[in-house]
Amino acid sequence: MSSFELTIRPRKGWQPVDWKEIFLYRELLAFLMWRDIKIRYRQTLLGGLWAVLQPLIAMLIFTFVFNRLAGVKSDGPPYPLFAFAGLAPWTFFSTALSQSSNSLVANQQLVSKVYFPRVFIPLGAVGALLLDMAFSMGLLFVLMLHYHWPISMHVLWLPVFVLAAVLSASGLGMILSSLNVSFRDVKYAVPFLIQMGLFLTPVIYPIHYIPERWQMLMGLNPMTGVVLGFRYSLLGSTASWTVMGVSLGVSFALFVLGLLVFRRMERRFADII
Amino acid sequence: MRPILEIKHLSKEYRLGRAFHRTENFREFLKRKLTAPVRALRGSQAAEERIKEERFWALRDVSFDVAEGDVVGIIGRNGAGKSTLLKIISRITDPTEGAVLVRGRMASLLEVGTGFHPELTGRENIFLNGAILGMRKAEIVSKFDEIVTFAEVEKFLDTPVKHYSSGMYVRLAFAVAAHLNPEILIVDEVLAVGDVAFQKKCLGKMNEVSRGGRTVLFVSHNMAAIENLCKHGVVLEHGKLAFQGTSKEAVHHYLNSLSGAQDSTGHILDLSDVSDRRSMVGPLLKRLEFYTDRDRPVIEGLQIGARLKIRVHFDLPNPTSSFNIGLGFNNVFGQRIFTAHSQFEPNRASGERVGPQVFVCDIPSLTFMPGEYTLRLWLDIGNTEADLINDVARVTVIESDYYGTGKVPWNGTFVLKHHWYIEQAADAK
Repeated sequence: MSSFELTIRPRKGWQPVDWKEIFLYRELLAFLMWRDIKIRYRQTLLGGLWAVLQPLIAMLIFTFVFNRLAGVKSDGPPYPLFAFAGLAPWTFFSTALSQSSNSLVANQQLVSKVYFPRVFIPLGAVGALLLDMAFSMGLLFVLMLHYHWPISMHVLWLPVFVLAAVLSASGLGMILSSLNVSFRDVKYAVPFLIQMGLFLTPVIYPIHYIPERWQMLMGLNPMTGVVLGFRYSLLGSTASWTVMGVSLGVSFALFVLGLLVFRRMERRFADII
Repeated sequence: MRPILEIKHLSKEYRLGRAFHRTENFREFLKRKLTAPVRALRGSQAAEERIKEERFWALRDVSFDVAEGDVVGIIGRNGAGKSTLLKIISRITDPTEGAVLVRGRMASLLEVGTGFHPELTGRENIFLNGAILGMRKAEIVSKFDEIVTFAEVEKFLDTPVKHYSSGMYVRLAFAVAAHLNPEILIVDEVLAVGDVAFQKKCLGKMNEVSRGGRTVLFVSHNMAAIENLCKHGVVLEHGKLAFQGTSKEAVHHYLNSLSGAQDSTGHILDLSDVSDRRSMVGPLLKRLEFYTDRDRPVIEGLQIGARLKIRVHFDLPNPTSSFNIGLGFNNVFGQRIFTAHSQFEPNRASGERVGPQVFVCDIPSLTFMPGEYTLRLWLDIGNTEADLINDVARVTVIESDYYGTGKVPWNGTFVLKHHWYIEQAADAK
């Protein structure tokens, strides 16, 4: 008999996160991400190209509509670069959010037939999209070469903002996916949220279009800081560290809240899914 | 030594109400929550009654211990709480009351092929499924060849499993599961799938597993498998522990409780409403009743070699002494494998009869191999086929230790009593 011991009993209320178990099962998280990556572009003609086509086409349309027609200006770099640097993290965030919020329901069979840390399901859905993000970063560097836009030392900050994007997508993903188990309304609310979010985040317009006193409020949207941070670290745009700081704090808080909410709700998943 | 698994006063309550509400949308949820106080104020007795009705205990105060290396079969009818019990022990759902103490690494197999993805190849699914069932990557790599050989899918390893036949799919899925190496293995009715030959192979593997000193909890409707694989048995009835003992005793208890069920009428078939019949005279066949030893009704199936007694109720419109009942047994391929006919009875009573009759066909030992058999029933009056019903009923024969050797008969259509002995060879000195 091994020294392993476990007691299964009814749980009530808030639960601490079981880090030890998460560490024990870490390989499975990698497998789930690997599965999502493998499946996503199976039986498609363009395969992984879709990862870069989406933000690229959005960038072309936005450049035409907002820059050429509506006269929106960037905060320095050429507008296509400016838009792409915002669209890359935004596409990641919005895809990650819609995939992860639907992940538990899509993996019903796993939830009701086998045990492992459930939190891997929404986290895996987000993690799998990091590869897409890497592809679109590659395209951004190509675009920068094309526009002869220099890269600065600020690029060292990039991992922080990537992390912030992951944290906020997973945090919201965990909350929404567990709500989705009981209320399938989430499925309809998320696309709407994402559509609104695009306009509430300075993706297509620079933040200085917003009066300074409102900028802090925009910082409460974690993706504001992420988008500003991407432009700061990749294109060398100026950005307010106060606004970015607020966003970073919010994304971290969202992640912690997501973990706790998920922990609290997960014990009922198998019964109601 | 302390038991490896302690199940202590385990209860699980399901709120049917919740199940009904589960498709409600957010607005309905808010409305229900907001109007709850109002409804409570109105609080008629009826409302409270309804709330009580909406709950039910899938498990109620179940306690038992499992010693290390023991193989325990869990039996019970559908809805007796077997699956709920396994789900709690596997940590898929929380108990409502009570606790389970687990002292060892555990893996559960509640379904074959959990997490299989149709778009992924056989090779990819082996890794994914293995990881989902709790194997380390290194473990899967080291057992990969063994798994592939067991599943007999070498040629299709790089084909997406959506192109697999269902047999291949099941074989691959079971192969992965069979190579799990936990200290405690929890297995739900997973052998109910796949072809018979593969089922045998799985049972063999399970046997190997249980001999390897591993602790196994095993749910099955296959009583022969329970008797052969398990040392001990637990019978659940309506969420409660009804019996605990050796697997033989448990199976016996279970089969007794089945036939003792007075409320069940599954063994009686009313034929008067059957329209799909060939009646030269009229719908004369009225009723069929199935019994086994000591006139216990047959409800869930008959073990190999058990007695089958069929009571046929019918009407004779005119006085006659020349009437016969025939019963044909067809296998799943539609082949007649046995015909019982009253004209073969040497000692049948003679004399003219009229009106309602009961003719009993008593087969002391039905030696068909396990499977489903369909019955054709007919009544001859004189030389006329007066009434005939095809596929009137199904008889299920289930496995049993017919030869008394602890081995389930395999292959062939039926079993026969036979003997083997060694004779001195002629040229031996």
